[in-house]
Amino acid sequence: MTISLLAGTPIPAWANDWGMGDSNSKIPPSSIFNPVSTPAHEIDTVAFFVISITAVIFLIVAGLLAYSVIRFRTRPGDDGREPPQVYGSNPIEFAWTTVPVIIVFVLILVTARTIYVVQAAPRPPGALSVHVIAHQWWWEFRYPDLGIVTANELHVPLSDPHSPTPTFLDLESVDVAHSFWVPRLAGKTDVIPNKRNSMWIDPQVAGTYLGQCGEYCGTEHAMMLLRVIVEPRPDFDRWATAQKQPPVVDASASHGRAVFESTSCVNCHTISGTRADGRFGPDLTHLMARETIGAGVAMNTPAHLKVWVNDPSVMKPGALMPAMNLDDKDLDDLVTYLATLR
Amino acid sequence: MAGSIEHELTLSADDLRSLPILGKVHEWVVTVDHKRLGVMYVAGGLFFFAIAGLQAMTIRLQLAMPNAGIVPPEVFNRLLTMHGTAMVFLVGMPILTGFFNYLVPLMIGARDLAFPRLNSFGFWLWFFGALLLYFSYIGGDGLYGAGSAPDVGWFAYAPLTERAFSRGNCTDYWILSIFLTSVGSTATAINLIATTFSMRCEGMTLTKMPVLVWLSLVVSFMMLVALPPLSAAQAMLLLDRFLGAHFFDTQAGGSAVLWQHFFWIFGHPEVYVLVLPAFGFASEIIPVFSRKVIFGYHVMVAASCAIGFISVSVWAHHMFSVGMTPAGNSFFALSTMLVGVPTGIKIFNWLGTIWGGKLRFRVPMLFSLAFLFQFLIAGLTGIMLSVVPFDWQLTDTYFVVAHFHYILVGAIIFMDFAAIYYWFPKITGRMLSETLGKWHFWLFLIGFHLTFDTLHFAGMKGMPRRIYTYQPGRGLDTLNLIASIGALVQGIAVLILIINVVKSLRSGEVAGDDPWDAWTLEWSTTSPPPEYNFATPPVVRSRRPLWDLKHPEDPDWRYE
Repeated sequence: MTISLLAGTPIPAWANDWGMGDSNSKIPPSSIFNPVSTPAHEIDTVAFFVISITAVIFLIVAGLLAYSVIRFRTRPGDDGREPPQVYGSNPIEFAWTTVPVIIVFVLILVTARTIYVVQAAPRPPGALSVHVIAHQWWWEFRYPDLGIVTANELHVPLSDPHSPTPTFLDLESVDVAHSFWVPRLAGKTDVIPNKRNSMWIDPQVAGTYLGQCGEYCGTEHAMMLLRVIVEPRPDFDRWATAQKQPPVVDASASHGRAVFESTSCVNCHTISGTRADGRFGPDLTHLMARETIGAGVAMNTPAHLKVWVNDPSVMKPGALMPAMNLDDKDLDDLVTYLATLR
Repeated sequence: MAGSIEHELTLSADDLRSLPILGKVHEWVVTVDHKRLGVMYVAGGLFFFAIAGLQAMTIRLQLAMPNAGIVPPEVFNRLLTMHGTAMVFLVGMPILTGFFNYLVPLMIGARDLAFPRLNSFGFWLWFFGALLLYFSYIGGDGLYGAGSAPDVGWFAYAPLTERAFSRGNCTDYWILSIFLTSVGSTATAINLIATTFSMRCEGMTLTKMPVLVWLSLVVSFMMLVALPPLSAAQAMLLLDRFLGAHFFDTQAGGSAVLWQHFFWIFGHPEVYVLVLPAFGFASEIIPVFSRKVIFGYHVMVAASCAIGFISVSVWAHHMFSVGMTPAGNSFFALSTMLVGVPTGIKIFNWLGTIWGGKLRFRVPMLFSLAFLFQFLIAGLTGIMLSVVPFDWQLTDTYFVVAHFHYILVGAIIFMDFAAIYYWFPKITGRMLSETLGKWHFWLFLIGFHLTFDTLHFAGMKGMPRRIYTYQPGRGLDTLNLIASIGALVQGIAVLILIINVVKSLRSGEVAGDDPWDAWTLEWSTTSPPPEYNFATPPVVRSRRPLWDLKHPEDPDWRYE
């Protein structure tokens, strides 16, 4: 069975990670126990508490079990008589009912407290607001206050623990259920069509954090990746200013631009200042400001862009963007044009 | 009436005697005997266990290394959907139904279930429902060309199942298959309840029933509560897909969350439907191999009923991340934690049973002891998941996958194996090989822990479930490789079980009526039991009628 399936797989899919392995290994693993933002911190604290309690329960009960398995084994030379039959004991039953009830009581109080701290936090007036719109297999980020639209890489300002500047995310889906998850920043919040959810983060360490879709959403659920880039305020402002500019017009790429504007690219993608205003795919106005393409499936280089535009299914089988079937010259010029979108 | 049915069947078999194989098949197809139907359920369950197990091993092969291209994504998604659906509806359910079918009448001293024909009807519904699910590979003209299985995940969240996102008929096969198998299960549940209430032998009051029979009763009531919402949801989804209803169609104002409520109000009781029979097996096997009566019988029964009641109030703990209110989240956290209390009581009572006994480490006992440790761990990771904020991180990751496989494999499959080794002599008249059984046990134990212990950590390092691959450089490579090696070891262990069954059927040691020196009624008749089970209806005075027989100087009924 495996062999026949193997034969149907395009060979380039094997082992070519399109530069992602190198990039990922420079970023610390997305461990839930290495939090850098208040919601993740709160969860880490309550997790440590619960793990401690369950570890103690485990040691006691497993210890008793192991002891009785060894202690009460039938030994060689046993007389073959049945052991004394004990039918039960009400005081003991009472004891091992009461203790768990007390533990549950403590646990629910701690749990409810953390639920309210994370879920019912008020939105301060200065908070940055981002609309997260999930699509089958990529993320759209819209900053309503800043007029920025980007994809798959969320830029947020660093938050000072003493005067926090949190980012609030309003989550919506255009198709099926997804879930927004960046383990070091916060727990998951599902992104469900016809339902508006929200969550917040206040990252306190600058850097790049890996996340991905947490709810099965179809063929390329695995490659619906995202990055959160946390920058000190001045760097964030610089990024935001650049994002608001129209792209620089580069005369040397005019043929590529013509190819873009004359093919079906424009139906799905937006590039401000051109006639491309599609909304089904990511906004490409500042494509080259992003580290990755295809929702994190490949590093953003002209060579990878060429592979992607020619046939996205080589990198991401099942992706909804069709193969563009351009001839070599048009493809090269188009990629040259895309590479000018800084 | 029953007599005339038997008479008719005997005649048919006589007519077919000239064609021995066909006659044999005919006998099994037309049977209404609870023992034969029980064996058919368990054998069918084991058959799909092998298939869904091979699908799991393919999944693990694909995930053994980052960026592997063993199977393309759409094939992987079908594998995970079929593995999950099959393991729940075509493996877990029929094996428990089979054992209840076989054992409940024998344990209460009855000659069959109350409605033998309904029993047969339920089995064939299940059988054809199961075929329908796998037929989707040929008939389900899906999104990716001709013929494919469903790829929407075993809980099939809306609106991925709507026409817009799931074209072709693969999802329809999934719907109809589950519809049929759950109607079959409902029939079985009604049958078991009627049998338990009306066909117990003289002297067997409700509180003299073996714990396993009690659990079958609780499980049957839970099925009656849990399966109708599932069937209703499947009907609604079918209406959405074929008649343009908009229950779950979000593009037309339907609700995706509504599906989740429907599914999990079935889905969580279902977990207990699957695990309570394992508790039943443990409550029969552990006493016999500890040589002691079950500790705290009444408390065990009360705890089982409590689990049944609480389990219908916990469903939304599968939905902590969908954006419920803080109050809603807190309620479901509390109800979920409360299940831990009766469950803990059960573990303590099994411990009380072992305490002071004389343990015999035969294969059924080995599986049962492993079950105790693994179920303890599964319960504790369950407590972690009930802590809502912790769940926000852990839900839909490999931590959850590891947690529920600790229940489904570490508890349920381990106890299914224990039950197979324990009752195989009764069912076939021959013992399973103890040597091969020990190889099976130890390899399965090692493989299980290699796979599922490591997957907890993959989840905590940020690996979501249901991804067909993961990129290198994320610290997930080693954990996944170990997990995949574990899957291979488990596969080898199951192969040994199959060899053991085939070998022992042909040349196993002859068992006799009561090979384990046990105490419940099924061991008082021959192995295998005659079609009428007992020549004369038994009369009991205690929960352990055979103990009373073997120890007339110190019978149980003096103490109960």
